[in-house]
Amino acid sequence: MKFFLLVWANLRRNKRRTFLTVASVGLALFLFGALRSVITTLEDAAAVGSESRVVVRNAISIIFPVPMKYLSQLEAQPGVKSVSWQNWFGGVYIDERNFFPQFAISAERYLGMYPELSLPPDQKQAFLAERTACIIGPKLVKKFGWKLGQTVSLRGTIYPGEWNFTIRGIYSVSDPSFGEDIFYFHYEYLDEATNRQAVPGTYVLELSDPGQAAAISSRIDAAFINSEAATKTETERAFQAGFISMWGNIGFLLSVIGTAVFFAILLVAANTMMMAARERTREMAVLKSVGFRDELLFGLIMSEAALLSLLGGAGGILGAKALFELTRFDGGGMLPGFELKWATVAVGIGISLGLGLISGIVPAVQAARLPVIEALRKLV
Amino acid sequence: MAAIPLVYNLRSLKQRPLSTAATAIGLGLVVAVFIAMMALAEGFQAALTTTGAPDNALILRKGADGEMSSGISREIASSIAASPFIARDAQGQPLVSNEVYVVLSLPRLGVGMANVVARGVSPQAFEVRKGIKIVEGRRPQSGSPEILVGRAIVSRFAHCRVGDKLSFAKREWTVVGHFSADGSSFESEIWGENEQFAPAFDREGGFQSVTFRLANPEAFPAVQKALQDDPRYQVDAYREADFYKRQSAMLATVLRFVAIFITAVMAIGAVFGAINTMYAAVATRGPEIAVLLTLGFKPGSVLLSFMLESLLIALIGGLIGCALALPINGIVTSTTNWSSFSEIAFAFRVTPALLTAGMLFALGMGLIGGFFPARRAARANVIETIRQG
Amino acid sequence: MALVEIRNLTKIYHREAQEVLVFQDLDLDINEGEFLSLMGPSGSGKSSLLHLLAGLDRPTKGTVAVGGAQISAMSQRELSDWRASKVGFIFQFYNLLPVLTAAQNVELPLMLTPLSAKDRRDRARFALEVVGLGDRTDHFPRQLSGGQEQRVAIARAVVSDPALILADEPTGDLDAKSADEVLTLLQRLNSEMGKTIVMVTHDAHAAERAHAVMHLDKGVLTR
Repeated sequence: MKFFLLVWANLRRNKRRTFLTVASVGLALFLFGALRSVITTLEDAAAVGSESRVVVRNAISIIFPVPMKYLSQLEAQPGVKSVSWQNWFGGVYIDERNFFPQFAISAERYLGMYPELSLPPDQKQAFLAERTACIIGPKLVKKFGWKLGQTVSLRGTIYPGEWNFTIRGIYSVSDPSFGEDIFYFHYEYLDEATNRQAVPGTYVLELSDPGQAAAISSRIDAAFINSEAATKTETERAFQAGFISMWGNIGFLLSVIGTAVFFAILLVAANTMMMAARERTREMAVLKSVGFRDELLFGLIMSEAALLSLLGGAGGILGAKALFELTRFDGGGMLPGFELKWATVAVGIGISLGLGLISGIVPAVQAARLPVIEALRKLV
Repeated sequence: MAAIPLVYNLRSLKQRPLSTAATAIGLGLVVAVFIAMMALAEGFQAALTTTGAPDNALILRKGADGEMSSGISREIASSIAASPFIARDAQGQPLVSNEVYVVLSLPRLGVGMANVVARGVSPQAFEVRKGIKIVEGRRPQSGSPEILVGRAIVSRFAHCRVGDKLSFAKREWTVVGHFSADGSSFESEIWGENEQFAPAFDREGGFQSVTFRLANPEAFPAVQKALQDDPRYQVDAYREADFYKRQSAMLATVLRFVAIFITAVMAIGAVFGAINTMYAAVATRGPEIAVLLTLGFKPGSVLLSFMLESLLIALIGGLIGCALALPINGIVTSTTNWSSFSEIAFAFRVTPALLTAGMLFALGMGLIGGFFPARRAARANVIETIRQG
Repeated sequence: MALVEIRNLTKIYHREAQEVLVFQDLDLDINEGEFLSLMGPSGSGKSSLLHLLAGLDRPTKGTVAVGGAQISAMSQRELSDWRASKVGFIFQFYNLLPVLTAAQNVELPLMLTPLSAKDRRDRARFALEVVGLGDRTDHFPRQLSGGQEQRVAIARAVVSDPALILADEPTGDLDAKSADEVLTLLQRLNSEMGKTIVMVTHDAHAAERAHAVMHLDKGVLTR
């Protein structure tokens, strides 16, 4: 610890250079935090679904519905505890940019099947009792300032017309990866308003034994293969992952960018460390003549590089976290809102430590190997 | 004002090859990322903006936000087809394509499933739509379950070679050809005949969209007004090209935003690095600068000389960046077109304009990175620096 | 008795392809408590001899023993530890670390010892008082005059209480008055604290302040 004084004094030697280096490492880690958050958010979203529920959709693709009359057959399947269904609504609130998912659900069955989603009992009662009622996630409250009892009007794209809903509940989630910006309303309302033309988009089945998911899925698909709509049944998790995989290789792309950023900043930091060390050749020689061992000098230079990089890295990634938390950054509504996890912060700090050590290694080895006599002679 | 010879800067760069290389490569990486990200946005937008022609009109149900959520009944479609503002071919047939537009979940080559647009078109579609070329095989025969596969997805999905059988919607479809469409998003679609697709997908009641060639492209506003104001129709009319451009606008904007955000942050970091390098260069050459000033070179010349040196590093960096980014040109990647939930394949497009922008970007970083150190050099106090040396 | 024993000392430098013979088969004893000044023209090898004595350089042949320890046989690491406690070195250009205060500079060699922070500070302060700079402890080198800087360097050389002090042109960069102060200080260290001092100089006035003067010329030592 007593040598910290030396390390610190050296960082203060050229304040401008130290600042610039710390800032550039900080920016790199800020970027890392931002990019990594996108990836973790996507990964979380892929893992959101439960393994104990299965989703039945039309085999052609998700845009085709599954007939209402399948309900009784699905309920009759052994191992199926309960069945609910839902429809993607695709309404627009004022402007296309205010995107959030809306689902028409078989309300009572659906809420019974999703313990992750909780509502105060009075709000639940109010929602179930009113055909045009809806419940919303806390993020929508934050985003649009909606209140309980308020009437919200959506413009239908799939189901034409203006649709009015009354907010009767604000749900909360126990599993943080469950969407907090979803808008749920009654399938009944959809069906009625479309002259009973609605057809369920997907069914969700709760199983008594999750271990049977694969067997039950293939039994269901086999049962409907020659019916009017063949089905594709998979666990909710696989279903969600299918959606996320639609982002394609964005994760790979971001990793490539992250690597490029890392190397660019590594070069900057290593360059700085080399310059800083070169200017101090004389001082290194003096320290050696005073009795500092080679490995001690090596350690001092490495510590300096690591500290420089850690200062920037911790600043950058914590700055990113603070910024996201304060502003709820979502690129002006264009990007999925994401959060920077503490695990990402830890990885970032690890990376900046690594970056510091790599950038310090060349000057540190040079300092350790420095022949005192040569260095002293050059200077006198 | 006498200029300090450029050779002087070249020599001093060679004097510190490691530091010069580190700075140049650092700048180069920033430029490479910039070009790559912009090439991605460019490629995506190119795929969608080349989709559709300005002299075609696209009709959707009023309020529908895309072809998928639209629906137009057969009566309305045939009524529109009889309109006088539709161009006709040599045989007097109206150039109209009534289309069934659905999304299929198909197995990828490799693992997993992905969504692909399947478009059922009228036989006239190949005349209505411009730039559609059969690159292999032939057109589907009217009345038979035959399909064409867009060139961009042939290698991405299973059973898409000519002669293969692809099964969806409880039928088997024979792939009779591959088509290209000037790099547009149509190349990521599967085309068949509308009257074959409609019953297969349970869409006998109507089509998703109607696309026709305008008899007089200039008259589009009037056509649009006539169609949209007709209470029997309840439709929206778009110029085909505008429609697809609008579909891509959001994602392209996001990509551009991300590209600019990432490169801006990186650029600041790299500029800091450049400033450091140039300051160090100025610091170690204090005595030389003093000598130059004593010899009678003006401070302005010294400033210019150091700026040139910084620009030289930036130039090298820019070239490195372009060299790194060039090989990605033409690499095909895919993303989801969120308006259709389906996959669209497109290529990175590294254009000469992008390379130029990358070079200018590098020089800009060099300019900023060199300015403060160069000013410091030009303001050097002769006596003090000589004494220090 | 002899603190320093030099036997058959030969030093050859390799400059690119050339071999430069500095001196050959040199023998020298330096007694404990002696203040020896070493003179000679530039390039005569005085500084080389000093570096060999300090264990900063290794002989090509022969041995150097200080206080009974064969320093020419030590490993790099042993040499470092030996330098830290047994020898103090004073340079012509002071070589203080500009980022540290006077007291921190003096404290440097003590950082290599197990002393507590308080002990280190106390000793550094004491050493600065000995060289007459007790009121300059928190000044940075750039705030001090050349003479003061050299006195800080002397304090750094004696702070770990080594028996042997080596000075390479300690007055070479100083004005007459400062040089005199530094020489007086060295004399006091020698007479009052019993330090053995070897000082390289080419200034005859400075050399006179020592007990004995030796000349090194073309590899030959003469009294």
